[in-house]
Amino acid sequence: MKIYLPLDSVAVALGADDVAQAILAYASKMGVQIELIRNGSRGMVWLEPLVEVETSTGRMGFGPCNVADVPALFGDLSQHPKAVGLIDALPWMAGQTRLTFARCGVIDPLNFSDYTEHGGFAGLARALDMASGDIVAEVTASGLRGRGGAGFPTGIKWKTVADAKAAQKYIVCNADEGDSATFADRMLMEGDPLTLIEGMVIAGLATGATKGFVYIRSEYPIAIDVMEKAVVLARAKGVLGASVMGRGPAFDIEIRVGAGAYVCGEETSLLNSLEGKRGVVRAKPPLPALQGFMGQPTVVNNVISLASIPVIMAKGAAHYAAIGLGRSRGTIPLQIAGNVKYGGLYEVGFGLTLGQIVDDIAGGTATGRPVKAVQVGGPLGAYFPRALFDTPFGYEEFAGKEGLIGHAGLTIFDDSADMLAQARFAMEFCAIESCGKCTPCRIGAVRGVETVDRIAKGDAAAIPLLTDLCATMKSGSLCALGGFTPYPVLSALNHFPADFARVKEAAE
Amino acid sequence: MLDTATLTSRTDEILAAHSGREGALLPILHDIQAEFGYVPQESLPQIARALNISRAEVHGVVSFYHDFREAPAGRHVVKLCRAEACQAMGADSLSAHARAKLGVDWHETTPDGAVTLEPVFCLGLCACGPAAMIDGKLTARLDNAKLDTILGDLA
Ligand SMILES: Cc1cc2nc3c(=O)[nH]c(=O)nc-3n(C[C@H](O)[C@H](O)[C@H](O)COP(=O)(O)O)c2cc1C
Ligand code: FES
Repeated sequence: MKIYLPLDSVAVALGADDVAQAILAYASKMGVQIELIRNGSRGMVWLEPLVEVETSTGRMGFGPCNVADVPALFGDLSQHPKAVGLIDALPWMAGQTRLTFARCGVIDPLNFSDYTEHGGFAGLARALDMASGDIVAEVTASGLRGRGGAGFPTGIKWKTVADAKAAQKYIVCNADEGDSATFADRMLMEGDPLTLIEGMVIAGLATGATKGFVYIRSEYPIAIDVMEKAVVLARAKGVLGASVMGRGPAFDIEIRVGAGAYVCGEETSLLNSLEGKRGVVRAKPPLPALQGFMGQPTVVNNVISLASIPVIMAKGAAHYAAIGLGRSRGTIPLQIAGNVKYGGLYEVGFGLTLGQIVDDIAGGTATGRPVKAVQVGGPLGAYFPRALFDTPFGYEEFAGKEGLIGHAGLTIFDDSADMLAQARFAMEFCAIESCGKCTPCRIGAVRGVETVDRIAKGDAAAIPLLTDLCATMKSGSLCALGGFTPYPVLSALNHFPADFARVKEAAE
Repeated sequence: MLDTATLTSRTDEILAAHSGREGALLPILHDIQAEFGYVPQESLPQIARALNISRAEVHGVVSFYHDFREAPAGRHVVKLCRAEACQAMGADSLSAHARAKLGVDWHETTPDGAVTLEPVFCLGLCACGPAAMIDGKLTARLDNAKLDTILGDLA
């Protein structure tokens, strides 16, 4: 009997390790032979810990499971109180286009043959037979844009690095994933780490880089552990090392751990941190592509950008580019979070409207109260009211509504949310996390908190001050931390003015 | 208190383990903190010498990152997520409850030295908030009662 139970952080945080022990203990007590596989998550957070049992008709799911639900897993499965049916037939799974996350939750993350049997290394095998320029051209043709937030075309970035002349080039994977409501990078690293490694190796072949780093935030202990084991495995199998797969150039990967600074997700700050320095932002130019890690040409890409490369190479650029909307090609792993009924990760082509995502896929709020606002794109993203729920999910479409898609995280708030408090938090967060290098961000955010506090006390004259301050931060900040903090602040102000119309407390 | 001989020899071992590594300071500081529970002032000159940088530079790095402590923490470290998705599920009132219950504010340690309370901005558990990390272990879907049970077990 084959049983799956995720090692994913969500499952573990909700008690999966206890359930795993209970399964092993019960099986041995009953004398039943089982194989317990700790897989990645399917992304259905409301069902975690989600146990899956392999049956003749497919994998059946049971969740959310606690220790008390274990004995019934060894009885008549159709009668199990937590039975949810065949996993692949669930609307949440059937509605997706899983390309980047095709294997996540399906395979044993650290089983090499499981990976290859599910299509792993098909992309790398093809890339090894191609000239480096052709790999770059394929990535460009796929239309893939950086999934870390800025949406820069990945192929163009790679070409810059490929064309640069240097003795040493680097691939740096940005796994800092600091945005609230985002967990796609984490889920992928925990559930299918070899895909990221494969993507980084292909990036190395395409650009002439022979060394890679994965910079993972320290808040992700399980992802760090799985990635470290995956690198050891990939070395043992000859994927990494002196010659990729025994027929390519050298490529190796090192895992590095961040130290709790949000700004280190910004690529130049990340490079400083990797070099062992304070994570302050560097002025651009020079571009990291030309002078990155240790001053050498460096590709800095997000986890999902790199992990999408294998499937693009395996299925071809045209297959990927055929999916999507406008200039947003391919699939995007939506991460639906906050006060949400059905939260989790949903990979789908660009183009669903915000309303379809929030109402139809996510089922609205967990509390059952009306949705008041959805923050899209993390702490630097705008708050969207229901009036903008017809906005289709795409880079340009969200920019057109004074917002951004960022790393594709969505935080749902019910009608108890106080949008003035959310605006204040955006400023407070910027003040806490500012690297301190530029004044609009460092000082502006502190003034921002004070100004919002004045508005909260009923000082309406402070509202234009807040708007002015936002304009200064937007135009004068060195990076998007100070530059984009105005998005959540101004969207809260503009879309929810009632929350800013505070009555002055009576004078003493 | 750490005795100087142990501190020096363990720091040397850690430095040796990272020698030749590009940009090794963060990995070194992580190991130092894992070993001693914080980054002792006394280890800074030794690290600076090994990396051929100034002591001020090492200090600048230690003080930049939220993770590195310049003094020991309590016996247990409770990190509560304060970020937006957890806020949407009541993280603010949960942390107010925790601060009242423990009688400390953020970054403070209870007088008996049992618990240090810290904020964290997202643990990637954003669809099952409020979330927390307690002594390095993740937990989610917290409410006051669940948190009280957890805190009650920390001595
Ligand atoms: C304050 C700030 C934080 C950022 N955090 C991240 C992050 O956690 N992960 C990420 O991939 N990109 C982050 N970015 C974007 C990076 O600077 C960069 O655009 C990205 O890593 C490039 O990779 P991509 O082209 O694959 O998206 C951040 C940017 C800013 C300004
Ligand atoms: S916002 Fe709390 S875990 Fe992400």
